[in-house]
Amino acid sequence: MTAARSPTVAVAVVVFPGSNCEHDTVQALSGLGARAELVWHTEHSLAGFDAVVVPGGFAHGDYLRPGAIARFSPVMDAVCEAAAYGVPVLGICNGFQVLTEAHLLPGALQRNAGGRFLCEVTECEVVSTSSVLTAGAVSGTRLKLPINHFEGNYTCPPSVLLALESNGQIPLRYVTNPNGSLGSIAAVANEAGNVVGLMPHPERACSILTGSLDGQALLKSFLKAATDRTGAAGAVPVAAVTGS
Amino acid sequence: MRFAAVVEVSALEGIADPEAATIERALPLLGFGSVSNIRVGRIFRFIVEAADAPAARIAAEELSHRLLANPVIQWADVSVSPLEVPT
Repeated sequence: MTAARSPTVAVAVVVFPGSNCEHDTVQALSGLGARAELVWHTEHSLAGFDAVVVPGGFAHGDYLRPGAIARFSPVMDAVCEAAAYGVPVLGICNGFQVLTEAHLLPGALQRNAGGRFLCEVTECEVVSTSSVLTAGAVSGTRLKLPINHFEGNYTCPPSVLLALESNGQIPLRYVTNPNGSLGSIAAVANEAGNVVGLMPHPERACSILTGSLDGQALLKSFLKAATDRTGAAGAVPVAAVTGS
Repeated sequence: MRFAAVVEVSALEGIADPEAATIERALPLLGFGSVSNIRVGRIFRFIVEAADAPAARIAAEELSHRLLANPVIQWADVSVSPLEVPT
């Protein structure tokens, strides 16, 4: 799929069989002025898009492990190439799980400590502003964001945790750890900061009707990173997303 | 040749295994108080076409590594046996 160029930032919202947060994501991004388009998982190209979101849900039914099969969907080659090209890529909830399975982010999400599915509002603190999700936020700010997951307990080897902490790759931590995540980690970024995954749902915290507007700060930051980058480097070119 | 492959996947030590924990909590009620350290896993059985057993094993291990198990949170045990006697 090739998006027509327009002055507004163009965001691809990837849809797998079993995704269920794609419309919320489009709504939230559109509300912030972006042109968000759904992109089916069989697409091979993300040419023309300035940013990519992998939304929440149960991609491919979460069979095997969350994200394990989604990783092999054709669109993921294009997502990986866009990420390597520096395009902002955001994985929300199941999207975070997909990005870890695709090795775009380190670590893994295991089942929640306590064995319960969690559906509640959490408080998250901005830790590092070196990511596209938090570049526009102030370190130490606390955000009210909903979580909705069974496998959100972030884990990684000790050496990886050390690297995440020293490189500023932890954009958000839970104030009160709801799921047992190592170091109360709620979000993880890659070393370059352009790929971020988080278990909380910022797209569900963009309306007073859903109880919080705090997700807007994160999505605005994400869109601004895409806009700034597009001005300098351009959207995903066709050559960068040939797929395989 | 055809080989029968079996891949056993289970949570690494220290990784949450709520199914095992729930079973273990029920054991004393059932009179199995002497049983402990339960781990719950999955077994994948499939057939591999390969020239010989080492090649079949490599194919099964690659499938295990790339798809069936996530080494960050799971371990996998791969075994391969011939389905046909070599002539």
